[in-house]
Amino acid sequence: MRMRLLLGAAAVVLVPAAAGMAIAQDIPPCEDCADSMTVISWGGAYQTSQQKAYSEPYAAETGTSFTWDESSNEAVAKLRAMFEAGNVTWDLVDVEGPDSQRLCDEGLAMEVDIDEILAPAPDGTPASEDFGDSLINDCFIPQIVFSTTFGYRTDVAAWNGKEPEDLCAVFDLENFPGKRALEKRPKKNLEWALLCDGVTKDELYDVLSTPEGVDRALAKLGTIKDQVVWWSAGAETPQLLADGEVVMGSTYNGRLFSVIEEQHQPVKMLWDWQVFDFDGWIIPADLPEERLNRVLNFLYFATDTQRLADQAKYISYGPARASSQPLVGDHAELGIPMAPHMPTNPDNMGNYLVNNIEWWADHQDDVEARFQVWLTQ
Amino acid sequence: MCLAFAQDFGVVTACNRGKDMAAEPGEGAFVAFEHVQKSYDGETLVVKDLNLSIGKGEFLTMLGPSGSGKTTCLMMLAGFETATHGEIRLAGRPINNIPPHKRGIGMVFQNYALFPHMTVAENLAFPLEVRKMSRAERDAKVKRALDMVQMGAFGGRRPAQLSGGQQQRIALARALVFDPALVLMDEPLGALDKQLREHMQYEIKHLHESLGITVVYVTHDQSEALTMSDRVAVFNDGVIQQLADPPTLYERPDNSFVAQFIGENNKLHGRVTAIDNGRARVKLDDAAGEVNAMAVCCGAAGEQTMLSIRPERVIVGAGPEQNALAARVDELIYLGDHIRCRMNVAGRDDFIVKIPNSSAHAALRVGVETNVGWLTEDCRALDAA
Amino acid sequence: MSEANAPMLAADGRPLKKSLQRALRAQKLRALLLIAPLLLFILLSFLLPIGDMLFRSVENQIVPDTLPDTVKDLSEWDSESGNLPDEATFQALYFDLFLAAEAKQHSRLGSRLNYERPGISSLFRSTGRRLDDLGEQYQDVFAGFDPSWEDAGFWFRLMSAQGDDDAARDVLGAERNRVAKLTGIDTGGDIGFVPSATMAELLPRTTREYTAFAVYTVKDKNDVVAEEEPWESVYAALGLDLEAADPSAIAAYSGPGAEVLKAAALQAGQLPVIDYRQAMIDIDEGWGQESNWQTLKLYSGEYTNGYLLNAIDMQKTPEGPELKPEKQRIYIKLFLRTMALSLAITFLCFLLGYPIAFLLATLPLRTSNLIMILVLLPFWTSLLVRTASWKILLQQQGIINDLLVWAGIISNSGRLVMINNATGTIIAMTHILLPFMILPLYSVMKTIPPSYMRAARSLGATDWTAFWRVYFPQTVPGMGAGAILVFILSIGYYITPELVGGTSGIFISNRIAYHISTSLNWGLAAALATMLLVVVLALYWIYDKIVGIDNVKLG
Repeated sequence: MRMRLLLGAAAVVLVPAAAGMAIAQDIPPCEDCADSMTVISWGGAYQTSQQKAYSEPYAAETGTSFTWDESSNEAVAKLRAMFEAGNVTWDLVDVEGPDSQRLCDEGLAMEVDIDEILAPAPDGTPASEDFGDSLINDCFIPQIVFSTTFGYRTDVAAWNGKEPEDLCAVFDLENFPGKRALEKRPKKNLEWALLCDGVTKDELYDVLSTPEGVDRALAKLGTIKDQVVWWSAGAETPQLLADGEVVMGSTYNGRLFSVIEEQHQPVKMLWDWQVFDFDGWIIPADLPEERLNRVLNFLYFATDTQRLADQAKYISYGPARASSQPLVGDHAELGIPMAPHMPTNPDNMGNYLVNNIEWWADHQDDVEARFQVWLTQ
Repeated sequence: MCLAFAQDFGVVTACNRGKDMAAEPGEGAFVAFEHVQKSYDGETLVVKDLNLSIGKGEFLTMLGPSGSGKTTCLMMLAGFETATHGEIRLAGRPINNIPPHKRGIGMVFQNYALFPHMTVAENLAFPLEVRKMSRAERDAKVKRALDMVQMGAFGGRRPAQLSGGQQQRIALARALVFDPALVLMDEPLGALDKQLREHMQYEIKHLHESLGITVVYVTHDQSEALTMSDRVAVFNDGVIQQLADPPTLYERPDNSFVAQFIGENNKLHGRVTAIDNGRARVKLDDAAGEVNAMAVCCGAAGEQTMLSIRPERVIVGAGPEQNALAARVDELIYLGDHIRCRMNVAGRDDFIVKIPNSSAHAALRVGVETNVGWLTEDCRALDAA
Repeated sequence: MSEANAPMLAADGRPLKKSLQRALRAQKLRALLLIAPLLLFILLSFLLPIGDMLFRSVENQIVPDTLPDTVKDLSEWDSESGNLPDEATFQALYFDLFLAAEAKQHSRLGSRLNYERPGISSLFRSTGRRLDDLGEQYQDVFAGFDPSWEDAGFWFRLMSAQGDDDAARDVLGAERNRVAKLTGIDTGGDIGFVPSATMAELLPRTTREYTAFAVYTVKDKNDVVAEEEPWESVYAALGLDLEAADPSAIAAYSGPGAEVLKAAALQAGQLPVIDYRQAMIDIDEGWGQESNWQTLKLYSGEYTNGYLLNAIDMQKTPEGPELKPEKQRIYIKLFLRTMALSLAITFLCFLLGYPIAFLLATLPLRTSNLIMILVLLPFWTSLLVRTASWKILLQQQGIINDLLVWAGIISNSGRLVMINNATGTIIAMTHILLPFMILPLYSVMKTIPPSYMRAARSLGATDWTAFWRVYFPQTVPGMGAGAILVFILSIGYYITPELVGGTSGIFISNRIAYHISTSLNWGLAAALATMLLVVVLALYWIYDKIVGIDNVKLG
């Protein structure tokens, strides 16, 4: 039900690309605004998609100069250090949901009123309703929905023609032998382990909240531990899959999309029990007024329905607005329809989880320590 | 005794440079180089067809300017360089293929090469230790060697805590402590100051005499060579220019190189007009006159020659029978026991005369014109190098 | 003879020693001045960060700064009594937390305490969201008494001092301090409000909370006090004050707003009687759990040894420090592993570096220059490129395994695991750190004249004996320098272990990096780094005792 609003209108409607004309109208006038912005993102294809969909049209219209910094990976620590030093040079920071929670808790991110600063949907639906469940805290301005899910090689001889159909194939060494790539973090792995150990989605976090629950999850992971290659950067799994080092592995769905559709590797997606996450912007707290005005002006444009839909032309992550879903078209270079590759496509959502930010904020430190001890055993 | 023994061997001079130098080493030679050649780069020879015999108990010095091949010869003997051609024998045994540590040759290096991480005693014990000598025997020998160089009290020190002269003694003691029959010394005194150097020269000479060892000594300092050696081999250009005892070397140099390298030497250039009974008649250049000299290495009549006269053999105010030449005093330098007088003779202004400091010569003043001359036996007509 | 003992005098009659000192002092001073900027820079850039790190590893001011009164009250609570803290503590918690929530500092504290006890983070977050309700109960009743209670101007007149005699400056100072500590902003200067001493006596709690509200409103929000309606907490404070006030004192009050205040005092019976303990537990049941309070009490001091204990797998408990449960012990193990792997890397570097350095020192210049370039090559390529190439070489489907399978040395199913484990870390780091071993060795070997080896051989030593007894001992200073460099560099490395270390090849530094950038537990990161520093210093001391640090030569 958390995803209801996002799913409501996932049917694909092809919209003629007449956006260019409309751009000027979509940008409100900006008074007393700085003429440059420093934006922090993840680099790579994702940052490129943001530049193509948001900042390039915006810069063309307003003449604002953009500086991009690929520091999102360590944004929380860097931003905290900047605040301690009393010199915040960033204007807009792209972070994942849990990081936005940290930043908001620490008072490093500005609290925003979504309806006040963002455009409503074209049909007049207020932004807060349009974004729905992706508004995970008071500081977070959502952009995309992405998911962490599994990809597997389709040419594994030892599988005798079988192909994994559900998540639990990951834990099934008998039918699907070979190495697996998993993230070197407890998050998601523990949930998957419990789901394949017979825990239902509803009791998942109740079980995980007890020490025994963590033990149970680790024990399940222990059954495949010696077959796991642990990754710490999202790019590793696609490479490991392409090299044949692993036969299956978890990573972000966009990475798998590029392995499958762009590099044409013999790899397929396993959408079962994908874990949704949100990625979006936060504004550093206490920005000087001129810079803040520019950021708000840009955000109004960059998060409107059309722009979020535009981003999906360049990368296979789902727009966070419900109203953007019908506007998702074809990939800008490959020319294939993107809707089937969206994690929010109903066909891909037989089973899914949503990253439980609140629970992990509380239990991260404890469970992480347990997980690391378990890893070193 | 050893001197006479050594003189039995053929003497090689530069006068017959390039000719066959087949001087057979005597059967009893302790160290023998036979037709030894050495080249580092395959293009030039550093040592050219060396033949040399060294008798047992002899103190032989290899003297020459740097690059003359003397150190290379020593290194070949020690085993650190291999001869490109020829044979080196030690006590009658060819040693070309014997590694240095099996040759049993003591060696003193230019910078002593005392092991800095060992004490003096440990340095001395090292050669005994590698010979698997018992501890007691070792200690006794080390003590004896230290006493021999009057350094008995310094066994516990590190080399860095010793003065240059002390280090030198230790290096010497270490080269001798395992009783080698042959000791090689590669410019061992080069780093010492003048006074200490002279003192050490005597000490080494005395050690040599008292121990009866054979020493091959390399130096570029001719006075050191003359002081210490039984025989000196003068090296130049990879060839032994002359091999002789010190008095012979000084008084009867075989060629112009030796004449100039050993001691001070006046040279006059001219052309041989006649040779008679071992004496040459030489017409000096610039028509300065005609003089007589011993025909040592001067070719036939008509060839260029260089006359060599030692400054102390020049006669001032000589008569016509004493090969007199006109001279003018250019400079007088007072040196206490003698006066150094630079004169202009036969068109050259570098003619040096040493005049004993006696009343007889008090009349000489700068600018005075006089005659200089010499006894014919004191003047040697050599190659015109 | 007696003169010999008298001090030597200089020409001017002063003692020679003093003259010399005077002459040298000027020189020394000039020299010192010359290097002063650099010295200062080095002190600042080297010592300050270390000092900061040491400080962070024990610093805990956020707790007393955020909850000053609660912490004070808690010091009297017996954490093992089995009872929750008393009502006063809960009241203090309410007012402390209210101000913290207004300043958005409560969730920071929650994150801080969550390192010690999972779940506290959301306890503070949810409490912060629902704190307003309690004060609103009072607010509604007061508004019913008289609409003036909802008037910002009325409140301002009521609380303000009438003249300087009447001013409660100490209350103002205390509240300035409280807000400054909580928010870190400068609270000095005029705020357009001075609390009245009469009120401070009559309604102490209200005065305090209103003053805090005033300071915060002006200093953080840049608003005017007289135009802002007070926070809910001020109404709650007024309610508590009226409950406890002496009716005759209020009756005697004649300052501004006296009518309204007296009327409210007379109707005090209609005010809600709130059990703060129950109210807080209603807001979040976490406040009813003794263990949360125990955590708060354990970490209530300005300084704590908690981080340092944590760094050696121990924890604070009400009974004192004790070892963590076995399932959570990780750091000691990582420290030991870091040491062991670093030693292995150092040894490998030595094994590979020694012959290379020897070649460099003995080969002719042209050849040795070429080798030197090869040695330095790792410095010139990006770390990621190097690591990526190791992956390509070492992985199971990689080049080395392919070659071995092709050569028939191993079977296709028996491919070696050489990366994503300790082996991978050792290989990749040996490669990276090799130059740090080679360069000092080379510079030392370069100074050893060949005559030592010749001397040894002429004295009868075989090549091996000459090397082992004469050459090798003289290279020890270079080995020492190289080993120290490589060892110290490798125990601090984290990027390479992270990329190729898998789970068995990661170092303590990886955990430090994790706590710096992911968990944001900088205190623990600092404590781990402090431990690492202590270990390095200890090893250095041991090294000095065994080898002697003056035996180390870098060149």
